[in-house]
Amino acid sequence: MKYFSRFGTILTGGVVAAILTTSAVAKEDMNKWLRPENVPAPKDNQITPERITLGKFLYFDTRLSRDNTVSCATCHNPELGWSDGQPKAIGIEGRQGPRNSPTIINTAYQRHQFWDGRAKSLEEQALGPIQADVEMDMDLDELVKRLNGIKGYKELFEKAYPGEGITKDTIAKAIATFERTVVSTEAPFDRYIKGDENAISENAKKGFALFTGKGKCNNCHDGFNFTDGSFHNLGLGDSDIGRYKLKKRASWFHAFKTPTLRDVTKTAPYFHDGSIKTLEEATAVCGNGGRFPNSKNLSPLIEDRGLTQEEIRLIVDFLATLEGEPMKLEIPTKFPQ
Amino acid sequence: MKKIIFILAASILATVSYSADHIVVQKDKTFHPNYIKAKVGDRIIFKNDDGFAHNAFSDSESDEFDIGMQKPGQDVVVVMKNPGKVEVECAIHPNMHLTIDVQK
Repeated sequence: MKYFSRFGTILTGGVVAAILTTSAVAKEDMNKWLRPENVPAPKDNQITPERITLGKFLYFDTRLSRDNTVSCATCHNPELGWSDGQPKAIGIEGRQGPRNSPTIINTAYQRHQFWDGRAKSLEEQALGPIQADVEMDMDLDELVKRLNGIKGYKELFEKAYPGEGITKDTIAKAIATFERTVVSTEAPFDRYIKGDENAISENAKKGFALFTGKGKCNNCHDGFNFTDGSFHNLGLGDSDIGRYKLKKRASWFHAFKTPTLRDVTKTAPYFHDGSIKTLEEATAVCGNGGRFPNSKNLSPLIEDRGLTQEEIRLIVDFLATLEGEPMKLEIPTKFPQ
Repeated sequence: MKKIIFILAASILATVSYSADHIVVQKDKTFHPNYIKAKVGDRIIFKNDDGFAHNAFSDSESDEFDIGMQKPGQDVVVVMKNPGKVEVECAIHPNMHLTIDVQK
């Protein structure tokens, strides 16, 4: 992976150029909580303004679904923390998907996509929901044909990917490029880490100490994106076998990817099955032993840490400081014709 | 007689394989080192120095293995059976990678 500078007006705030000192966190530990200046992108799909423009149109265009009713933004809505506020995704004709719509914030920094990590790049991920019968239910050959019939798109593809035409590949690349621009903005926590002691409340500071201390939340929710990309069974007790579906590897039974906690206040309900409505409940499930502590292949990290209601509240106060300013984003209202 | 002993010793030496041990420490969700040159018969000793469980598996054609759940402080030994490039990952923390270059 090569690193590229970010483009576009939506890429605001949060870029850290200098690290200041803070009394609350050891200097050597601070770097990992700060967002990298650059967004990673693959060598064969560098980020350019033309690709962002094209990708944004495709992302918000309902014509990418079979019946022209659903776009990527239906389930990954910027107004709803780039998720949809539903327990489980709802696609065309009201069809319900098997899992909660994960936010796409900072997916650029994740190696594995989807709750079960079955896609190893955003390009690979981008075509999944388009084809899924419970999401956009669109045949890719038909989509290529449809877009080729739209003059405006032909021009945009030519500008973004000269000589490559409108293909499954360039559609995936363009959407992935737009997704790479959906990055978290500077949150109060970032200002605190950079040295502004007044950026977050005393309760939130206590919550952060619990998050990295007694709660050991950072065993998985680690680094600036508050996820280490690991897969765990939290013992929710539902029938979804998770990553195990990819291969019958024992440690993948009922295991799902650790989600980011950036903007987590905007992305309820929580977990892969959308069964948890509040951050208090989510913190209790993770921090106090899982809903079903005797679940097969329960992650050993899910144990009862004896967090009190007050401590859970403090952790949630801290989590609220991870909410950044809304990104400056102009959502298209007119699409290529 | 001396010649016979020499041949006998030489043939014993030729049939005895000398395997080496390679220690791989899992620390801070990273394999240390993340690249090893080994020979067939060598032992890879995975030492979990993190405070939580790890795993090591390989789906490589030349050597497929999965050590399962590896508790903190636990050592697990894997013997390299065939020559080839063995790509190792942690099933829990897929950002952890190790390449073992196994030669004859």
